[in-house]
Amino acid sequence: MEPALFIVFGAIAVGGAIMVVTRRHPMASALYLILTLFAVAGLFVLRQAHFLAAIQVIVYAGAVVVLFVFVIMLINVPEDKLPVERVTGMRFLGVVVAGLLILESALIVRRSGMAGTPAADSGSVEAVGRALFTDYLLAFELTSVLLLAAVIGAIALAKKKI
Amino acid sequence: MMEPSAYLLLSGILFGIGVAGVVARKNVLIILMSVEIMLNAVNVAFIAVGSSLGDVTGSIFAFMVMTVAAAEAAVGLAILIAIYRLKETIDITELSILKW
Repeated sequence: MEPALFIVFGAIAVGGAIMVVTRRHPMASALYLILTLFAVAGLFVLRQAHFLAAIQVIVYAGAVVVLFVFVIMLINVPEDKLPVERVTGMRFLGVVVAGLLILESALIVRRSGMAGTPAADSGSVEAVGRALFTDYLLAFELTSVLLLAAVIGAIALAKKKI
Repeated sequence: MMEPSAYLLLSGILFGIGVAGVVARKNVLIILMSVEIMLNAVNVAFIAVGSSLGDVTGSIFAFMVMTVAAAEAAVGLAILIAIYRLKETIDITELSILKW
């Protein structure tokens, strides 16, 4: 069952990601980004990481992409003022380098040969919560400081007068 | 349970697509979305390896990456709004005030 679902979710994730980077209008990109994030959440479920799958849908699709959509609508760039994307030598080279990066990672994965032992429920809410509030409590609290800093920074930056 | 190498390969592909988006696009919004794709690709790798080792640390790391991604999106979009007020453009090639 898992290989078939992996292929389905993986294909949706990769296809959605390609659509995100190739669409002209950012709103289309944002909607394809939601598709990709849902497919990745499905992959998390396949790896028994149920907590992360839920967080992925709630935080990414529910908060981050909504923020993107808000900003796209807020600044509302008219169609003719969207940047004109022409294929230049440097940018073509950039895409080629990105392709080489994929090739390189494929070669590394092929040579590393990681063996997979079956995991019971390493990503369940109970297991993650227990680790988060015992071993990783300091990191968890620092996370809240990071988010507070981000909130204050976002408000300060988006004010009328900076 | 599958081996994690297939997930790692998928993670590499997603990361490469994100890199292509960052280097090839001019629209700042789409560049920020490509960064989100790259962070997600890293999460896939963390979850794949973490669950195949039967360890919860992979999930914790992915959780932290998600927090950073949320903070990055909030601050990045706030900067984008401030720049758009100032310059009326989201073309990254025209945003070169820091270059001389």
